[in-house]
Amino acid sequence: MERTLRAILDDVGGLARPADSLSTRDDLFVAGLTSFATVGVMLAIEDEFDVAFPDALLVRSTFVSIDALSAAITSIRDEARAA
Amino acid sequence: MKRVLHDPVTGGDPLAAGIARVVAVAAEYADAVDREGRFPHEAVQALREEGLFGAMVPVSLGGHGATLAELAGQTQQLARVCASTAMVYAMHHSQLACIVGHGLDQPWHRAFAERIASEQLLLASITSEVGIGGDTRSSLCAVEVADGRLTLVKQAPTVSYGAYADAFLVTARAHADAVASEQVMVTIPREQAEMEPTGSWDALGMRGTCSIGFTFRAEGVPEQVLPASFAEISAEVMVPVSHLLWSAAWTGIAVEALSRARQFLRAQARRSRGVVPPGAARLVRASGEIDGLRARLAPLIAQFDACSPLVDGAPAMSAEEAHWPTGMACGAALNMLKLDVSETCYDVVMEAMRICGMAGYKNGSEFSIGRHLRDIISAQLMINNDRIAATTGQLLLAQRTDLGTI
Repeated sequence: MERTLRAILDDVGGLARPADSLSTRDDLFVAGLTSFATVGVMLAIEDEFDVAFPDALLVRSTFVSIDALSAAITSIRDEARAA
Repeated sequence: MKRVLHDPVTGGDPLAAGIARVVAVAAEYADAVDREGRFPHEAVQALREEGLFGAMVPVSLGGHGATLAELAGQTQQLARVCASTAMVYAMHHSQLACIVGHGLDQPWHRAFAERIASEQLLLASITSEVGIGGDTRSSLCAVEVADGRLTLVKQAPTVSYGAYADAFLVTARAHADAVASEQVMVTIPREQAEMEPTGSWDALGMRGTCSIGFTFRAEGVPEQVLPASFAEISAEVMVPVSHLLWSAAWTGIAVEALSRARQFLRAQARRSRGVVPPGAARLVRASGEIDGLRARLAPLIAQFDACSPLVDGAPAMSAEEAHWPTGMACGAALNMLKLDVSETCYDVVMEAMRICGMAGYKNGSEFSIGRHLRDIISAQLMINNDRIAATTGQLLLAQRTDLGTI
């Protein structure tokens, strides 16, 4: 999951440096992610992981780090399984 | 006691007499301010004398603890007589909101909030920067801290009433190595700043805002940086307050133009009894548009007041309880409001102009609409609507909630 997320961030995140140079806890906004670019990241994740972000997750904290993105994807999948 | 949703009231009782006097002063000088393209000194002085620059400062710190609903009502009343004065008032409070919302836990800003109320300081914003266009969420300049001193140099292409403000809230990158979007907001009193004017302000409308450029150099202490990131301050306070107060100002301009048009139709109807004046159909349509805007604006203001950290007194509801949108939904809702209010108010003023005809086109009559038309055009240009539409399109396509459900 982490490798795909890094590829997505390189592709559409508009970061100031390669995603491989970041730890999974680093603040992506400090690395150059803009709120505008988060939509591109979200759409790419939906495509790659076949998930659908609910509106409640469309907040800054969801996109703040690779760990936060992984946690969001996991929680969406868990929700879907429980439903 | 828990805070409740309430309807916006015009002005708020304790401040009603004060604002009425400011409105009278602003009305007297509005045409001169517009003609000469000068700062509305008289109205601003009256705002000071009535203590209104401290309206949003909590009562415990010497202010009035006004709600956004009250401020919006005041802004709208001012805009009916002098749009430039209304914008100065709206922009001052958009900046004050950043300090009240994010600075009061910090001694420097808490003391400064008290100073704003006691000395009636006028705050201005320095968010735009040469080289980044109108994107307030990017900065080139950076805060530099060395030996406990803070320095900052910014090339600002537009600083509304920059020559007349007593303090500035300036955005900058958080440190020399920060990316463009990692911003902070710094409060700089005028005595710490050196400002070199660049350019002049001879604009089509809003001529009293005197929005010229400056090379801005400041020195201070690190505590003058607001403790939250500008991303947070912008999303939670500055964007909501500025968009809602601007909307109040713009609707004020449109309401006044339409009132003049109604007066004109009334005069026509008196002359030819029993005949409905041909412009009446336009009055109907334009009144409906204004009603629609009011129905849009009032609940957003009430919801913000119910859950924002700004309101003095009773504890805030959660955003969810108050039905205030969060995250991307909030950005989209406020952007759409700005687009619609700025364009609809222009349409309404243009309808008023068509109703009044040559009487509206000429300056200096009780039916003149020229100043209102020139002023309202600015609404679509300050933070250009084309830019906002692009961002909002992006935000909307990310959301899944059905659009427009009740």
